[in-house]
Amino acid sequence: MIDNKAYVELVKKTTPKSKELKTLPIAFAVGGLICCIGQAFRLVYQTYLPIGKMTAASLTSITMIFIGSLLTGLGIYDKIGKVAGAGSIVPITGFANSVVSPAMEFNREGVVLGVMSKMFVVAGPVIVSGVVASIIIALGYYIAGLF
Amino acid sequence: MNGGEQTIIFHNKPRIVAGYGIVGPKEGEGPLADYFDEIAKDDLFDQKSYEKAECKMHLLAIERAIERAGVNESDMCALLSGDLLNQIISSSFSARELDIPFLGLYNACSTFGEALILGSIMIDGGSMQRVACSTSSHFSTAERQYRYPLELGTQMTPTAQWTVTGSGCSVLCREGEGPFVAAATVGKVVDYDITDANNMGAAMAPAAAYTIATHLKETDRKADYYDAIVTGDLGIFGSEMLHQLLLSEGIDIAHVHMDCGKMIFDEKQKVHMGGSGAGCSSSVFNTYFLQKLHSGELRKILFVPTGALLSKVSSLQGESIPGIAHAVAIEVE
Repeated sequence: MIDNKAYVELVKKTTPKSKELKTLPIAFAVGGLICCIGQAFRLVYQTYLPIGKMTAASLTSITMIFIGSLLTGLGIYDKIGKVAGAGSIVPITGFANSVVSPAMEFNREGVVLGVMSKMFVVAGPVIVSGVVASIIIALGYYIAGLF
Repeated sequence: MNGGEQTIIFHNKPRIVAGYGIVGPKEGEGPLADYFDEIAKDDLFDQKSYEKAECKMHLLAIERAIERAGVNESDMCALLSGDLLNQIISSSFSARELDIPFLGLYNACSTFGEALILGSIMIDGGSMQRVACSTSSHFSTAERQYRYPLELGTQMTPTAQWTVTGSGCSVLCREGEGPFVAAATVGKVVDYDITDANNMGAAMAPAAAYTIATHLKETDRKADYYDAIVTGDLGIFGSEMLHQLLLSEGIDIAHVHMDCGKMIFDEKQKVHMGGSGAGCSSSVFNTYFLQKLHSGELRKILFVPTGALLSKVSSLQGESIPGIAHAVAIEVE
């Protein structure tokens, strides 16, 4: 029979690939749409609320996280994700989805050992790498400021 | 079977006197809908969690198969069951409700083949009269154990397969009517260095190829001896790989090959390469294939459930995926 090496080559050669011509535009469109919605909220907040730019930006993030969480709870976000892929994973709504979905899933194992301990199983690496990156950049700033 | 050989010939013809297959709603929308004994309206089976649901479904399959065989629970000599969950809880929690001596098994998605072989050996050897063999799997329990939370918005890769929500049980008896287990080939663990856990078909195909080739060689048969060679859950891509591997040995099975994973879903159901899971082969075998054997449309089949022996830990540690496949020859007179 074909040996391991030849088989791995054969599998590599014949495995069906993602149809990027189809998936990339959808991801781009959905991701762009989510960002447009966020931008719209920001403009509305800036224009109609007596708050500064920074607060309006924070409020926009909070709104988008709320929408992402709500759509996850209603069972809609995963359906968007099946079509949009990275388009709905990368924006902040995707981050909300990655926290809320395990929280829902592990609800059956109890509040403390289920929801609380499993809430960040998906988002955990993102948070850790975010914190580490911010420390490195802050250190860079600090060192650059010395000279 | 002497040392070095993998094939067993059963002289006392252990009979499959009854089978029962139950599936979830998605499987019930597939091409085999008319064959399943029961299609659940809700994949929670009125339970509070999917684990409990899988257990209820598994228990139902065992109870109904025994009922159909016309024997009492207390007359059963053994229950041989397995599933995909950690510590095979669906099987043992089903056995908790039953008054039958229990032997829990694990060979991933090929467990049903393992159960049929062990049951046949017990009956053929004369130590047992009636044995039940069953397996189950559930999409939602498998997803959370092996992959991601259900509501996480991820995309399936093109080679991914969809875990079947289903359970099947066969009742084997020393006496009675029905197709009989004529021979079996116990598979060896085969690892061809595939590491992509989303390409299970490719990981299992070499094991299936080895077992089928060994079976045909040791029984001195050609693929044409069988009306159908039925693999468990290789899916579309895995089946293609199986054909290519066997062709390199000079064995052409394409014209008699069927795959439960390919059969259970329609392409329109967006399951990519097809179905998988321990309940895939058992639910299809106990309904579609038993019915075809009873009607005489199929007279000799080689049933080859396939399994990928990985865990989430082994994948994270960079291990490749070992495969296994057991072959069971089932015939009618």
